[in-house]
Amino acid sequence: MSDTRVDPAKGFSVESLTANPRQARKERLIRDSLGATALVSVLISGLIIWSLFSEAWTFMVEVDWGSVWDIGWFPRRGIYDIKTLIVASLIVTGIAMIVAGPLGLGAAIYLSEYARPGVRRTLKPILEILAGIPSVVLGFFALEWIAPNVVKTLFGGPAAGSLLAAGIGVGVLVVPLVASISEDAMKAVPMSLREASSGLGARKITTTIRVVLPAAVSGLMAAFIVAVSRALGETMVVFMAGGAAQTAVYTHDPLDGSLPLTAGMTSLARGTDSVVGEGLTFQSLFFVGLMLFVVTFALNVAADRFVHRVREQY
Amino acid sequence: MEQAEPEASPRLGLYIDRTMQAAAPGTIGDTVFEVEDLNVYYGDFRAVQDATLTVYKHEITAMIGPSGCGKTTVLRCFNRMNDLIPIARVEGRLDFQNVPIYHPRVDPVEVRRRIGMVFQKPNPFPKSIYDNIAFGPRVCGMAKKKSELDGIVERSLNRAALWDEVKDRLKDSALGLSGGQQQRLCIARAIAVDPDVLLMDEPCSALDPIATARIEDLMQEIKNDYTIVIVTHNMQQAARISNRTAFFTAQLDSTTDQRCGLLVEYDRTETIFSNPSDERTENYVTGRFG
Repeated sequence: MSDTRVDPAKGFSVESLTANPRQARKERLIRDSLGATALVSVLISGLIIWSLFSEAWTFMVEVDWGSVWDIGWFPRRGIYDIKTLIVASLIVTGIAMIVAGPLGLGAAIYLSEYARPGVRRTLKPILEILAGIPSVVLGFFALEWIAPNVVKTLFGGPAAGSLLAAGIGVGVLVVPLVASISEDAMKAVPMSLREASSGLGARKITTTIRVVLPAAVSGLMAAFIVAVSRALGETMVVFMAGGAAQTAVYTHDPLDGSLPLTAGMTSLARGTDSVVGEGLTFQSLFFVGLMLFVVTFALNVAADRFVHRVREQY
Repeated sequence: MEQAEPEASPRLGLYIDRTMQAAAPGTIGDTVFEVEDLNVYYGDFRAVQDATLTVYKHEITAMIGPSGCGKTTVLRCFNRMNDLIPIARVEGRLDFQNVPIYHPRVDPVEVRRRIGMVFQKPNPFPKSIYDNIAFGPRVCGMAKKKSELDGIVERSLNRAALWDEVKDRLKDSALGLSGGQQQRLCIARAIAVDPDVLLMDEPCSALDPIATARIEDLMQEIKNDYTIVIVTHNMQQAARISNRTAFFTAQLDSTTDQRCGLLVEYDRTETIFSNPSDERTENYVTGRFG
């Protein structure tokens, strides 16, 4: 190829080393189309945020703010008590983390520090299968098994849906997430630190608690935050097992049924024959969505920060 | 670098018979480790075959040899560090001060509290300098009061010739120290629990010559209080600092067709380097092999 491009008049010159124009065009085309795909996902994100904001803005401008702090969530009657939804979400997420935190961290410590390689090879995939269970299945499990067997027998609550049943269900759902991210964070702690600790006469549990966990703390925080964000955003389980379908009176008792943010949106979005309802019912959906978006976005940013910190260490 | 003259050691000078056979029973001086027919396996793979040697108190014993010759594996038997590897198995006799440390009732944690270890790559904890040194004493319950712990930290850092460099920044992260400082920190951390023996696995291989010289000086200073066993790739280092040298090599096991570590010769360091009895040792120390 180079032979044909050596100009006999000029000899070996810059022209001999310039790129083949066809090759250069192809390179540009590849680069641009890959850039376009990246741009599409950014555009979609922007579109989501814009649609959320514009309708939510309409709601915020036109709503009677008295109805946003009222006795409960009755969007079709113009009562948009947002605290009902937020408190329900917080209760469900709190219960979920009480369930998933210890279970997930315990599983992670066992897998990373104690399990023999064979056991680990078996248990890790099982855990990951658990993560792949559709949430609608877990919703059913929460309603049909957790509610009568755990909520009713242990806590004297209703055998039907309740915030507690939904919270435990969501907790089970995020256990694999917590376990998996925590285990990765602990596995990333260099073996040399464990050796240093053992060499100083530390027992395994001492090494785990005083060396491995502190060294992995950023990753563990990230696991926790991602799990909180996942629990807040979880929809199907709380909708099915939360114990309220379309409306809810304000409650902070976990044994009552209520509507978390996501369940409130679901019930609005799936609609009924009176879906239009009060003038702002439709827009309230976006207002709730915006609340959820802001919270989970903030949590994800925080988790990302922590993950970056874990990369910088050791 | 000051040459380590074994005769200069007042403790040993009178007793040592220079023609003494390697691994002779510990009739002279105090023995720390007596190893007999030590075999180490990783699963089916035999890493070390029939090693026999005796380590004497207040000496520096060097283990040299090419890569894969099992010297590090033997070193890690001395404080049961190989227990951390699930598939590792140790056979043979390994007595520490006449106690068989692989006895079923022996707790490896208790062994490691008496036998400290310094690793190839400096491995300070991602904690402050102070907390690195205080880790062992805290874990072992050595200090009841803060003032006692402060004392241990200062003494250990002093012993490791690091105190003057770090005394004003004890609360800073140990990861901010240079490589040589980190390794001296690891030595200080190991001696903070007041062990009888220090095992050192190529402690200078990640360091520059100046940092290496400091560590070697340090070893000479502390060997009156501790017994040191060091694995090194650096033959000059072994010749400079050690009293005795064990030469390992990797040999092909005819039955399994795998390479297996073999202790070829163990003797006083000057004998190993000037008048070895085995041809393989001579080839190695003169640089014709390895």
